Amino acid sequence: MRKLIVSAYKEVLLLLRDWGGLAILFFMPSVLIITITLIQESTFKAVGESVLPIVLVDEDQGEIGQLVAKNLAEAPNIQLVTELDGSPIDDNRAHALVSSGEYQIALVIPKGISDELNDKVNYNVDKILGEFALTENDSTTANPPEKKWKAKEITIYFDPAAGQTFRNGVKSNIERMLSKVEVQKIYDVFINQMELSEDPGLLNDEIITFNETIAQKGEDGIIPNAVQHNVPAWILFGIFFIVVPLGINLVKEKNLGTYIRLRTSPVSYAIILGGKIMTYTVICLIQFALMLLIAKYIFPLIGLIEFDPGAQLPLMILIAFVAGLAAIGLGILIGTVAETQEQSAPFGAIFVIILAALGGVWVPTFIMPEVMQKVSAFSPMNWGISAFYDVILRNGTATDIARPLGYLLLFFAVTLMAALFYDKKHQTH
Amino acid sequence: MEEIIRVYQLSKRYAGSDRYALKDLSLSIKQGEIFGLLGPNGAGKTTLISTLCGMIKPTSGELWFKNLNYRQHRRKIQQQIGVVPQEYALYPTLTAAENLYYFGSLYGLPAATLKQDVAHGLERVGLADFAQKPIKTFSGGMQRRVNLLAGILHRPNVLFLDEPTVGVDVHSKEVIMALLQELHEQGTTIIYSSHHLNEAQHFCTKIAIIDEGSIIVEGKPQQLIESVSGATTLENVFIHLTGSQLRDYA
Repeated sequence: MRKLIVSAYKEVLLLLRDWGGLAILFFMPSVLIITITLIQESTFKAVGESVLPIVLVDEDQGEIGQLVAKNLAEAPNIQLVTELDGSPIDDNRAHALVSSGEYQIALVIPKGISDELNDKVNYNVDKILGEFALTENDSTTANPPEKKWKAKEITIYFDPAAGQTFRNGVKSNIERMLSKVEVQKIYDVFINQMELSEDPGLLNDEIITFNETIAQKGEDGIIPNAVQHNVPAWILFGIFFIVVPLGINLVKEKNLGTYIRLRTSPVSYAIILGGKIMTYTVICLIQFALMLLIAKYIFPLIGLIEFDPGAQLPLMILIAFVAGLAAIGLGILIGTVAETQEQSAPFGAIFVIILAALGGVWVPTFIMPEVMQKVSAFSPMNWGISAFYDVILRNGTATDIARPLGYLLLFFAVTLMAALFYDKKHQTH
Repeated sequence: MEEIIRVYQLSKRYAGSDRYALKDLSLSIKQGEIFGLLGPNGAGKTTLISTLCGMIKPTSGELWFKNLNYRQHRRKIQQQIGVVPQEYALYPTLTAAENLYYFGSLYGLPAATLKQDVAHGLERVGLADFAQKPIKTFSGGMQRRVNLLAGILHRPNVLFLDEPTVGVDVHSKEVIMALLQELHEQGTTIIYSSHHLNEAQHFCTKIAIIDEGSIIVEGKPQQLIESVSGATTLENVFIHLTGSQLRDYA
């Protein structure tokens, strides 16, 4: 036991005196969690909460243009831009402003759209009411002559850099707004044609509304947000990045010759590795605590939502502990197989990035192509994220996370056994 | 003198190699000897020492330490041997005392006596004032002295030395050789591998010249010199037996 403790203490001393290693272990994940969460939060807000400037070119100067402008101006997250430097914006300039990336969206209302819509709505309302002979001049409006309209197009310019999801979101919102304008217009004509003394207010209340509820266990569940994706995701990424310094640590021992001394001393390699496992497990838990503290206390200071693990903290610690073991197993395997730091460091780093990408750290797995979703099921980071989601978003219990934790433990056992087997084979040649 | 190490028909062929690093090598080392293993590059010295230290397993043959067979009692044997590798086998960011304390602990030495032994050892090699300095700040000679201390803290019965004085200044070399002489006088068996033939001639009580994985000659230094006509030094004997051809292996 003393040999194990002394080995762990030696690892602590080595780490404390390796500023580069400490930076990889603590500073880099801290910077990553803040930066990525901020970036993803901004992207999320681009179609949600943040103010989006929209260039509006109203060539119509009629009712439609005014209604669109009014609706856009009243929208809480939209800043309407109709002129620049005191002069109105035309179609060409709007195109140039968007293509240069200065603005992400421009909307061009074509000339005559209001007149055409009015004409069309009046014709259609007259025709419908005429069927029921409800208008004053029943004889003339009952069967108005057939008319055809060429559809007027409202042009939307998008920044080429804008993603498809963003474009679809904005387009859907504008379409909804225009539909509302059309409905309002038809409604007004009906009221006018029917000569009602007062507006019955049929459009005042929405008939169908949505009740958005997150399906989760328990009463006091948390609503998922970008922070709740990023905190567990980057905690796992940081934990798995332990592979790099641990791999370097093992390779250094081989290159320095201390490995010879260790292998000729009356101590099993398992105890030497045990010291590393103990130390790096504690490091993983410190990393986890640091990330949680950042998410709880730093996030609100920089405009992000506070992450509060609440009563789920013990299960989160358990996940971090088991994920740490899986990462350590991988680090030991890489460090055992690699012969130089030039092999272990880049391989370890790139491998962790691949595991992160597959595991859903960068992009959630549910929006991945089907093939990648299947591949993702083999990433230990995916097992870790699944366990965190079960706990954070679904109020899961220890039983709910038993399967992903089991996979992580199995991964640890397999990588450690593989490392020991390779070392024994390599040692005896 | 009592036999401490016996090697019987030892062969070693590394995986993927068609050449034997050791071939049917037999050897007997007595308690208290300073046994020099000399040979050109690739002769098999390091493989023999690595096998005797329990680091690698032989392809065939048997080894005994006292009456303990290496196959069954590797850990027990390793408890009684000390190894001083050619590399500075120390952690550069740890201090001299921390390195020694760590390696001493692996031999199960009690904490209190180990601390005293570390302090005493560092004083013995002239490094008491540098106990708390990290190894990376040490000169080559200072690192060699700490390297030697790390191999002898547990007072081994047999000490394996691989080029213990390579790349060190005269003063450090003198301290190292004096300490080794002291250990020899206390009864420690020393197995020493080196390319410094002059040093080996004066230091060793017995020498084996190894080439192509086999021992080609074995005896006391003076006996070996006398066995070759016209030879006045061990170097003459060495060249006579192994030839002047370069031995390059990749």
